[in-house]
Amino acid sequence: MGNLFRRPEAGALLGLVAVLVFFTIFGGINFLQVNGGLSSWLNVASGLGIIAIPVGLLMIAGELDISVGAMVPAGAMLTAVIGGHYGLPIWLGIAATLAFGVLVGLVNGLMVVRTAVPSLIVTLGSLFAIQGMLLGLTVLVTKSTSVALKTEGLAKPMFGDFITLGGIFPEGQLQVTVVWWVLFTVCYVYIVHYSPYGNWIFALGGDKVSARNAGIPTSRVTITLFVLSAVSAAFVGMCQAILFNTAQVGGGQSFIFNSIIAVVVGGVLLTGGFGSVIGIFFGTITFAIVNQGIYYTNFDRNWSSLIIGVLLLIAVLMNNTFRQLALTYKPKKAKGAL
Amino acid sequence: MTSPIQPILALKGINKSFGPIDVLHDISLEVFPGEVLCLLGDNGAGKSTLIKLLSGVFPVTSGTIEMDGRPVSFASPREASNHGIATVHQFGGTFPLMSIGRSFFVGQEPVKGFGPFKVYDRKRANEIAVKAVRDLGITRIDDGDRLVGGLSGGERQALAIARAVHFGASVLILDEPTAALGVKEAAHVLKIVLQARQRGIAVIFITHNVVHALTVGDHFAVLIRGAKAADFRKGEKSREEITDLMAGGEHMAALEAEIEGISATH
Repeated sequence: MGNLFRRPEAGALLGLVAVLVFFTIFGGINFLQVNGGLSSWLNVASGLGIIAIPVGLLMIAGELDISVGAMVPAGAMLTAVIGGHYGLPIWLGIAATLAFGVLVGLVNGLMVVRTAVPSLIVTLGSLFAIQGMLLGLTVLVTKSTSVALKTEGLAKPMFGDFITLGGIFPEGQLQVTVVWWVLFTVCYVYIVHYSPYGNWIFALGGDKVSARNAGIPTSRVTITLFVLSAVSAAFVGMCQAILFNTAQVGGGQSFIFNSIIAVVVGGVLLTGGFGSVIGIFFGTITFAIVNQGIYYTNFDRNWSSLIIGVLLLIAVLMNNTFRQLALTYKPKKAKGAL
Repeated sequence: MTSPIQPILALKGINKSFGPIDVLHDISLEVFPGEVLCLLGDNGAGKSTLIKLLSGVFPVTSGTIEMDGRPVSFASPREASNHGIATVHQFGGTFPLMSIGRSFFVGQEPVKGFGPFKVYDRKRANEIAVKAVRDLGITRIDDGDRLVGGLSGGERQALAIARAVHFGASVLILDEPTAALGVKEAAHVLKIVLQARQRGIAVIFITHNVVHALTVGDHFAVLIRGAKAADFRKGEKSREEITDLMAGGEHMAALEAEIEGISATH
């Protein structure tokens, strides 16, 4: 038990249990059932989670990326304009969307690495630049701010459809992005916590100069992480466009704060160097449960922001405590190895 | 101790300027294996710049660096460390929120498994890191999963030095390792410096503290305003002479008398 409390995800796990208990009491068990609320918050968690993990990895490495707020609608619109407005093959739209994500990530990463400007400011700039470009180009090309898309073939079930997971879930409720989210999470857990490269991300956030002196290609790692977050946001937008058969130029800004909340509730230190993928995973679920759980209670839904705000503050305070525990921990004599 | 025939590291007429500002002029130094060279000097004398040249952070403006008699140049800290030069900074250069095992192996993580699915070998990393630190006499460290931030300043220095020694450093640069430490901790670090020397490593020890320098140094160089003001071996100069040199050649005794004079008039 003592070991659990020294891990970065300790606070996130407790927070998750707390909101689960809270909403099960006030919202009823229906909220956790496959025929009830389960798919509603899993859907919210999936889109957010795919973005929150790379955003969290950037935070562990000591950087921030808020341009994801513009990359979600940009990814959706790019897919819809190519596949819907021009009627080109959907796979071309998918490829272009992901390539655009790579491009934006490269630009963000290069600007952060080459200049001394903090990544918050760099990505604030690209957030607005992409939003402006998105609105301007969409209106110029389509004379509209929303574009319809009809997807056929393999791309629809792969990226934008509902699944039943072999009949467990009712038809038309659980989005296929949930599968992607779990898949990505497993990959990130492997890369960050098991492959040797994960160590580099933590070292980068712990002390950039020492990390560079230890021979870590700090610029390359930073740029790669920015590419990951931009591509992930574009991917989520693309999935939304294929699922809803339409794309709008607006929306997506909620991902900026929601991803940061999920990451911080998940136990990542804002200043870098500490955190875990599983923690971010738990943080995302916690956020999604509060976000959707309110609909299953008798409370006015306007209260959900209050709960999220309080939750965030409690999470940060709790995570500070757990981190202090981890720092001051000294093994007792005659205790088995961890 | 008699000098071996060939220095492991030799600086010949090193100059360094940043734009129009000359920071180092015509520095020549030799470092021998199994010897401690103490680099002394006041703030702003150019000590930090000199070690940054040696650790590959900056390129030299002119002059040559030779290792084992062959000229070398370092384009990056990585190249310097490939040549066996390891630099340990004041706070140990380690990562407070990483475990001892992980921070020990940053950039050189041990792996197990095969093909593309190589996995960081936590158990082996922890074992090696703990053993390396214990070999330097820090026996309180016995769990490689502890976070570095929970260690004392001296233990962190020991960890950083153990890391350098483990990865085969032949030249160990210690940048004011005792400056932030208490008396007892500093003594521990000095002991570790002597242990590194015993293993045949050439140590460059940067310090403000003349007592610490005299305790471990075989060879001393004093920098004043970017130039080498003195270069002497152990026993050739008294502690007072060294203190005067470090203060920039002014007589500390005269300065102290002046201070006394001012405080007497008030």
